[in-house]
Amino acid sequence: MSNRKLGAVMFLPAILYVLAVVGVPFVLAFIYSVGDVKIASVGYHFVGLENFRSVLQSPAFRRSLYDSVVFTVGTQIIVLVGSTILALALKEPFRGRGLVRFLILLPWVAPVSLGAIGWKWILDSLYSVINWALIAVHLVRPFEGPMWLGEPSLAMMSVIGVESWRLLPFSTVILLAGLTAIPRDIPEAAAVDGAGFWRTMFQITIPMMLPIVNVAVLFGIIFTFTDMTVVYILTRGGPYDTTQVLPSLAFFTGVLGGDLAEGAAISIFLVPLLVAVAYLMLRVAHRSEVA
Amino acid sequence: MAIVETRNLTKVFKEGQPGAVNNVSLQTREGEFLVFLGPSGSGKTTLLRMIAGLEQPTAGEILIGGAVVNHLPPRERRIAMVFQSYALYPHLTVFKNIAFPLKAQKVKKELHQQKVDWAASLLGIGKLLNRKPRELSGGERQRVALARAIVREPTVFLLDEPLSNLDAKLRAAAREELEEFQKRIGTTTIYVTHDQVEAMAMGDRVVVLHQGIVRQIGTPKEVYDDPADTFVATFLGSPPMNLLEAKDVIVGFRPERFLPSELLTPGGEQAAKNFQPQSVLVADVKDPLKRIPLRFRVEIVEYLGAERILYGYLAGTRFEKKLVYSRIPSSVLVNYEANSVHDFAVPESELRFFDPATEKRIAPKAFQWQ
Repeated sequence: MSNRKLGAVMFLPAILYVLAVVGVPFVLAFIYSVGDVKIASVGYHFVGLENFRSVLQSPAFRRSLYDSVVFTVGTQIIVLVGSTILALALKEPFRGRGLVRFLILLPWVAPVSLGAIGWKWILDSLYSVINWALIAVHLVRPFEGPMWLGEPSLAMMSVIGVESWRLLPFSTVILLAGLTAIPRDIPEAAAVDGAGFWRTMFQITIPMMLPIVNVAVLFGIIFTFTDMTVVYILTRGGPYDTTQVLPSLAFFTGVLGGDLAEGAAISIFLVPLLVAVAYLMLRVAHRSEVA
Repeated sequence: MAIVETRNLTKVFKEGQPGAVNNVSLQTREGEFLVFLGPSGSGKTTLLRMIAGLEQPTAGEILIGGAVVNHLPPRERRIAMVFQSYALYPHLTVFKNIAFPLKAQKVKKELHQQKVDWAASLLGIGKLLNRKPRELSGGERQRVALARAIVREPTVFLLDEPLSNLDAKLRAAAREELEEFQKRIGTTTIYVTHDQVEAMAMGDRVVVLHQGIVRQIGTPKEVYDDPADTFVATFLGSPPMNLLEAKDVIVGFRPERFLPSELLTPGGEQAAKNFQPQSVLVADVKDPLKRIPLRFRVEIVEYLGAERILYGYLAGTRFEKKLVYSRIPSSVLVNYEANSVHDFAVPESELRFFDPATEKRIAPKAFQWQ
């Protein structure tokens, strides 16, 4: 077998895999979104953009779009600040650094659903360990602990917190890589030039990390915007749909509600949004690299 | 302007391992250009970094302008440093790079423009101020790094191999420029290099370092002509000093002093024919009695344009197995071929004696060639 053929054969599984897992569902979703498919319905009628029109008019969809944005932006802010601090702290050698790095990586390594179920118990209205601790230190009175997942704003904060917990390791690792790529000379030159810790941090280190921060944020936005696991397990979109994000809404509408076409329309709605975000971020990253 | 002094300065990176810098005591002079010269791993950069405050000494003291600065962070030492990589801030324009020390030292903002212009014009980079470092050539980057270093008028300049990233031609030009520049601003400068040509050409004095120990401090002429030990003797000069080891003494002589004997004989007809009077050897020729004749069996001839390097052996001596070098200027027209034997000689005054045990320089003593 010639090298060319062998190469193609070796490559084929990867292409098939991507086609089967990403390509086919994507095309299918697109076809569904412009049709009238429901679970258990037979036949397919093209309806054009009807589904999108109906989705856009639905209050539940608008609410979810808003929630998705809050969820994504909130998570990214926490992750960005947290991972920058962590990366800067973990760059310097200290005793036990390896262990700390390992512990921080754990949430990323563990299956999302497992972690989320753990958090569900931590935030449970009756058995919450947080409330137990708050009561123990007399910050709140017994049986008056906050309903972490039961109150709209607290629920949103909770899902944001858990999603941040989950994404933090990934972002930290990316930033740590970016940070170690800064030659040692440069902060040293800044030190000799008279800059203290904060000036070096904000005028040298962080600006130099910007391109890689962009990558981390881009990935973070895509991960958060398309993730429904945390919301699904913790709140199922509740209370009163106040934590419903677009992916979970799509799932509830399309799979549980049986309206495949409308579910597909909701999912497809994410695509141009994410493409726009990706384009913007890559442009910013490119500019800060060239300029 | 200030004097830099180190007292028994020592740096041990890992306990139990030999120190990177061991007990170094030295002192610059006012406005001096002092060069730290040594092979890689000799501790020269570590020494410089300790003076800069980028590395904490394990023991000993650093004084700048008479005050102990061990406990001071780099920014309070009033030093400026140029790094081997130049360490320009890649995201800032040249102007902002040069202005950074001013900003960091809280110099009044109104003065920034004027001071940056001054530094930039001194180095001829006024036209580059709006560029980013990545848009500059190696030579330009080096100038920006220098401008950034002088802009706040430091008391001491620390330069860590600033020319090693330039190509050979540019390096020679930059060397000259840097030297002239230092003379003009007159700031005490410590310059680290592994390049002996740079050290000899630029240094007022040279500190030769090896394994973290100062082997010799002296003017370029002193370290070259009167090396303190065999390390200095062989580290300086290319090819290095010939060293012949006997039981109780090592004798050394420079390849350029080991020459065809007719060159060292006054009035010899051959010499008259082959020897051009502007040669440096005139002084030796005055005293022909003090030369030591040696038979030189040439093995390899290396033609380098301005000179030839002969590799061979001293026939009929007890050092017959030791490879020795001779360096003959091209103005000598005699033809040397591989595997031929010639009468060579070395003036006795050019012999250097070392103790085989300590490798240190010792007074001349009797020596058996046969």
